[in-house]
Amino acid sequence: MEQVWDVEGTRMATVDFGGVRKEVCLAYVPDVQVGDYTIVHVGFALTKLDEASALETLELFKSVGLLDEELNVNVDTR
Amino acid sequence: MKYLDEFGDADLARKLLDDIAETTTQPWALMEVCGGQTHTIIRNGIDQLLPDEVELIHGPGCPVCVTPLETIDRALAIAARPDVIFCSFGDMIRVPGSTDDLLCIKSRGGDIRIVYSPLDAVRIAQQNPEKQVVFFGVGFETTAPANAMTVKLAKQQNLANFSLLVSHVLVPPAIRAIMDSPTSRVQGFLAAGHVCTVMGLSEYEPLVEQYQVPIVATGFEPLDVLEGIRRVVTQLEAGRAELDNAYPRAVTPEGNPVAQGVVREVFETCDRSWRGIGMIPQSGWRLNADYADFDAERRFDVLDIMTTESSLCRSGEVLQGLLKPNQCAAFGKECTPRSPLGAPMVSSEGACAAYYQFRRLEVTA
Repeated sequence: MEQVWDVEGTRMATVDFGGVRKEVCLAYVPDVQVGDYTIVHVGFALTKLDEASALETLELFKSVGLLDEELNVNVDTR
Repeated sequence: MKYLDEFGDADLARKLLDDIAETTTQPWALMEVCGGQTHTIIRNGIDQLLPDEVELIHGPGCPVCVTPLETIDRALAIAARPDVIFCSFGDMIRVPGSTDDLLCIKSRGGDIRIVYSPLDAVRIAQQNPEKQVVFFGVGFETTAPANAMTVKLAKQQNLANFSLLVSHVLVPPAIRAIMDSPTSRVQGFLAAGHVCTVMGLSEYEPLVEQYQVPIVATGFEPLDVLEGIRRVVTQLEAGRAELDNAYPRAVTPEGNPVAQGVVREVFETCDRSWRGIGMIPQSGWRLNADYADFDAERRFDVLDIMTTESSLCRSGEVLQGLLKPNQCAAFGKECTPRSPLGAPMVSSEGACAAYYQFRRLEVTA
């Protein structure tokens, strides 16, 4: 999210979608700040993307299956 | 783009697929509820990479596809009026009504505009005070907050020339209808992530309890979908049925309370017909009495337009997961995205369009 302004009491922002910039309404995400990532649907930000949680999920994916390998379980992976 | 590309990583996808294959010991039928997930699955060939035992049944979560024919016919009647500017999301424009689609009305001189957001329609209403501006508000719980805020702003601004043609649908009653259907084979659900972003998870607890079916809130990137599948299969193999969240970067248990508040202020729950499926009790939202003045169906007196669906298109069976798109005899022949027989061949979230676009042209029945 790049720039924030106010239209008649409604917070609006410019959001960069990987190079395409669009105007987005922030009425539903009162606590987002410039620099945050948001999920936008039909011109409305619905939530602030939880970056810590995104990284945790990726770490979880990396660890999937590791335990089996460490335990040297004989696994049929087709 | 950050937090998108990482969730399409091929090496991690292989890990998740291997884990699903290791876990699976018997056949399971899972339903992805949302059309966005269907497109991720078909575009990336996820259904073909999974073990043969894991079947994905494509759910009814394409808002354009389930909008009742009657509502499309009412939209066409309103859009054809010379005093109306009719605004809609792009994929609604070519959805066939009983005789026409919105594009036909446009080619005959109707003022039909494709907008990105309902707020664009409000702007058009402000700029055209001599015209009636109608926005076609369809969608699931994800889209409802945008439409609710738009009507709320229109009321605040006394924008008398703006109205909404509303046909909102809700996920939990659809899951209930699927589980109650005697023909349903679904044993676990990938719930639509962004619906949960808005509504949270509590609505799914009673469904998990009553039907003893795993429900996992799932995102839309390839790794998100694989993780949703992995968690459902893990539960099924262990004989468990729980509510789980595989999309925590965008879904919290409580959802978005601000959005829920505005939705409750503007809409009320109602029975809703789903195209190809039929009436599902208490499965929709409509404008409540406080906002009835902004209801396009009342303003333009189209409530007496009633239509029934033709039997040519088998999209009802596709939407209920009883038929794969390429098992329909018309698929890729009489029915293509250029000349669609039914809505699922039109919409960017439609299962038939996904199969067509990503070259699943082989007809299997």
